[in-house]
Amino acid sequence: MKYVEGFLRFWYDFIVGDDWRVAVGVVIAIAVTVFAVDRGANWWWLLPAAVGSLLTMTVLREAGQSHRR
Amino acid sequence: MTHDLFIVLASFLACAVEMVEALTIVLAVGVTRGWRSTLIGTVTALGALALVVAALGPALAVLPIDGLRLVVGGLLLVFGLQWLRKAILRYGGVKALHDEDAVFVDEQQAARAATPDRDGLDWYAFTVAFKGVFLEGLEVAFIVITIGGAQNNVALAAVGAVTAAAVVLAAGLALHHPLSRVPENTIKFVVGVMLTTFGVFWAGEGAGVEWPGHDAALLGVLVYVATLSVLLVAATRRRHERLVAAEVAA
Repeated sequence: MKYVEGFLRFWYDFIVGDDWRVAVGVVIAIAVTVFAVDRGANWWWLLPAAVGSLLTMTVLREAGQSHRR
Repeated sequence: MTHDLFIVLASFLACAVEMVEALTIVLAVGVTRGWRSTLIGTVTALGALALVVAALGPALAVLPIDGLRLVVGGLLLVFGLQWLRKAILRYGGVKALHDEDAVFVDEQQAARAATPDRDGLDWYAFTVAFKGVFLEGLEVAFIVITIGGAQNNVALAAVGAVTAAAVVLAAGLALHHPLSRVPENTIKFVVGVMLTTFGVFWAGEGAGVEWPGHDAALLGVLVYVATLSVLLVAATRRRHERLVAAEVAA
């Protein structure tokens, strides 16, 4: 059980890392893009826009928090 | 052609970074505890990794390409953003730069402190070498399988990984010292930009969007992600310096 937990923890840390909000944001952005395309809208700009917002948010948030610690 | 070049380059750089980290651990344990058990641990880990890649690689080839690109694009996006975030924070002065020399010294101290095991296999050396090589190697396998899988060309990504392995191993054998002069943060920054770019492009394709300019859009996304990252480094550094100055003044 300890090994399974350790293995799952490794993959979580490796892929998701320090800010789970980024992973959730990416999943939502991809889901909305799939939905839009399914409805006939070519929303190619959504993923780049989501990446810009998520990266800015997570970097500035961590920069602010590190000074409060 | 641009796609292929990007795949080999991204795979080479990402794998080189992970292999430098594995090499530091193996060197520290080998120099401190002896090479026999360290090398047995390393070779066992490489064998286990080969089994993982042999099992997962061909499985990807039978999956439908659009679904694969959607999943792989999403994974690369999450993974690439994480690397990019860390590299930006390091350049911005918020996080300390990764120091292979310090890691090497830490590993050596831990190896010296562990109970000596002179008879038979030195389990400490075996386990630390196995764990270091297997975990860093799993990261390499993940990068090769995802980057290669999304283009249905795992072999192309493997070329980048094998070249990185050869270069890092040759440098390690020649120097017998951790590769601390490798500009690790710069490589992580470049890889983060590339993985994020691939992630956006492939997840978009997997979702069914039509990129303006088709494949040329990949370069557009690359320029966009790189510019955004450079601007964020500048903003983070300015903010960090302002806050430090305010703390000193107080």
